[in-house]
Amino acid sequence: MSAMNSMQRTLTALGQQEPDCVPLFLLTSLHGAKELGLSIEQYFSRAEQVADGQLRLLEKYRSDCLYAFYYAAIETEAWGGTTLFLPDGPPLCGAPVITRPEHIDTLRTPSVADAEPLQRVLESIRQMKARVGDTVPIIAVAVAPFSLPVMQMGFDKYIELIYQDRPRFERLMALNIEFTVAWANAQLDAGATAICYFDPVSSTTNIPRELYLQTGQEVAKRTLPRIKGPTATHMASGRCLPILADIAATGTAVVGVSVLEDLAELKAAANKRVSLLGNLNGVEMRRWTADDAERAVKQAIAQAAAGGGFILSDNHGEIPWQVPDDVLLAIRAAADKWGRYPLDWVRDWKPPA
Amino acid sequence: MKKAAHPLATPFRHALEALDRVTAEAVFANALEQLSPLQAVEQVVVPALEAVGAAWHDGNVALSQVYMSGRFCEEIVDRVLPPSDPDRKHQPRSAIVVLSDYHLLGKRIVYSVMRASGFELFDYGRMDVDELVERVLADRIRVLLISVLILPSALKVKEACRRLKTADPALKILVGGAPFLFDPQLWQEVGADATGASAADAVAIVERWMGEMQ
Ligand code: B12
Repeated sequence: MSAMNSMQRTLTALGQQEPDCVPLFLLTSLHGAKELGLSIEQYFSRAEQVADGQLRLLEKYRSDCLYAFYYAAIETEAWGGTTLFLPDGPPLCGAPVITRPEHIDTLRTPSVADAEPLQRVLESIRQMKARVGDTVPIIAVAVAPFSLPVMQMGFDKYIELIYQDRPRFERLMALNIEFTVAWANAQLDAGATAICYFDPVSSTTNIPRELYLQTGQEVAKRTLPRIKGPTATHMASGRCLPILADIAATGTAVVGVSVLEDLAELKAAANKRVSLLGNLNGVEMRRWTADDAERAVKQAIAQAAAGGGFILSDNHGEIPWQVPDDVLLAIRAAADKWGRYPLDWVRDWKPPA
Repeated sequence: MKKAAHPLATPFRHALEALDRVTAEAVFANALEQLSPLQAVEQVVVPALEAVGAAWHDGNVALSQVYMSGRFCEEIVDRVLPPSDPDRKHQPRSAIVVLSDYHLLGKRIVYSVMRASGFELFDYGRMDVDELVERVLADRIRVLLISVLILPSALKVKEACRRLKTADPALKILVGGAPFLFDPQLWQEVGADATGASAADAVAIVERWMGEMQ
C-alpha cells in the first residue's frame, strides 16, 4: 500500500521533500493509440479517445501523471498550419505558415476558442479531470513562444531572424506570447495541474547563453508569470547545465533535463531552486532489456532523487512509439524497487565505470 | 589533404564564434595576401570550422553559431573557389539527403560546412526511400550522406542501406541527426558505414573515405 497518491507524491517532491517514493512520469502519448487499436491519426481525432487512452495507460504503467499532450504541431494548426500523420511516429508539422519575414508584419495571434484542434485537447483534459479529480496530476503542454517559430517558419529562417531582424523577431515574440499565455491558461482552466513549457531552442545545444539571456529567457520572464499555474520548462533533451540557474530565474518550478548531461551535476546546480525531471534516454529505450532499464533507473535515482526535488521521466517529454511495453513495465518495476524513500542504498552506489 | 592549420585559423574561428563578419572578412583577406585561395580555405577556413563543430559537440558553442558560421564560410569559399574551379577537390561523386523528415537544418549545416571545406556534392533535399534509391543509382553516387530528425526516419535508413548496398556494394553511407546522437549503436543497426555527430565529423569521415578510395 502506498502512503501517498500521485498528486501528493509529486507535490511533496516539488516541495524539495522526500515523498514515499520517487514520482515516475512515463510520458506516453502515442501509445494510447496502440491501446485503443487505432491509427495515430484516428486516435487524435477525438477528444474522448485520448482521454480514454491516457486512463488506460495510467492503469497499465502506473505512472504518476496523465499527459494531455497530443503533438507539438497541433499548436501550429491554430496558426493555419497543417499536420502530417505517420503510421509509426509522432505527427509532424507541414509547410511553414510564415514563408517570408514580412508575413510577420501582418500576422495575428489566433484565438484559442476558435481553434477546433485546441478545443479537442481541452475536452480531453476535462474528461481526464472528471475521472481522476485531484488524485493524479494532469500535465498539459505549451510550446514556448521562443521555440514555436521553428514550426511556424523553419529553423534556418528563424535563426536568421534572431540574428538579422530583431524588430520582426520582437513582433513575433509579442504575438506568440499572447498565444502561449492564452493556450496554457485555457488548459489550466480545463483542469490541467501544470504546464510543461517546451523550450528547447533556448537549450545551449541550440543557442549560446548570452543570446538566451537576451531572447529565450526574456520571453520566458514575460510569459511564465502570466500562466496561472505551475510550469515545468522542458529542454526536450537539449543541454542546459550552463543556464540552469538562468532558467530557474524565470520562475519555473521544474526543468526537464537531458541524458547528454550529468544528472548529479545538474542536481547540484539546481540547488533546490528548481526540481528536475528526467533523464532516461527515450531513443535508446527502444532496445533496452529489463536489465538496461533497471541500470538506467537506478543511476538516475542515485544521482538526483535524494532529498526530493526530482521526478523520474524520459529526457524528451515523450516516449517514442517504438518503445515496447516490456521496457515501460521494466522501468516501472525498477522505480518500485529502487525508488522507495529513504534511499539508503544510494550511499553505496557507484557510477558505472 | 590534412594540412596544418595556419595561425590565422584561430582569430578566424573567434570571429566566426562571435558572428563578427567584419573581422572574419578582414582575417580572411589577410590570409589571401599570404596564401593561395585553396590554401586559405584548407588552412584557415576548414580548421576553424572543424574547431567550431568540435566545440558544439563538447557543448561549448551553440548550433546557431555553427549554422551562421557555416553559411558565412560557404559564401566566402564560393567567392574564392567557384564551384567549377579546378582546385575544388577531385572527389568521388557525393550527395546529401534528408530521409523522409521535414527538417532541413541539420542537412543544411552539414552541406554548408562540406562546401565551405571545398567539397562539391549534390543536394537532394528531402526524399523517401524509393526516390532516394533510384536517384543514387542513376547518379552513380560513391558517397551518400543521410540526415534525419525523428526515430521512425532513422529506422527507414535500414531499408535504404539494404537496397542501395545490394545494388552497389561499394557505395559508402554516412548517417547523422538526433537519433544517431542519442543511440550510439543505431548506425550499425541500420547498416550504415559510419555516423558523425557534427558537420565537422562529416568532413573528416568523407576525407578519410576519399583517401581510401584513391
Ligand atoms: C529543438 C527541438 C525541437 C523544437 C524544434 C524542432 C524542429 N527542428 O523542428 C520543437 C519544440 C518544435 C520540437 C518539436 C518536436 N520534436 Co524535437 N527536438 C528538438 C531538439 C532539442 C533539437 C533538434 C534540432 O532541430 N536541432 C538542430 C539541428 C540542426 O540539429 P541536428 O538535426 O541534430 O543536426 C546536427 C547533427 O545531428 C549533425 N547532423 C545532422 N545530420 C547529419 C548528417 C550527417 C551525415 C552527419 C555526419 C551529421 C549530421 O550535424 C548537425 C549540425 O551540427 C532535439 C533533441 C536534440 N538534443 O537534438 C529534439 C528531437 C529532435 N525532437 C524530437 C521529437 C519527437 C519532436 C516532435 C515530433 C514531438 C512531437 N510529438 O510533437 C516535435 C516535431 C516538431 C515538428 N517539426 O513537427 C525527437 C526525435 C526523435 C524521436 N523521438 O523520434 C528528438 C531527438 C528528442 C528526443 N531525444 O527524442 N523539437
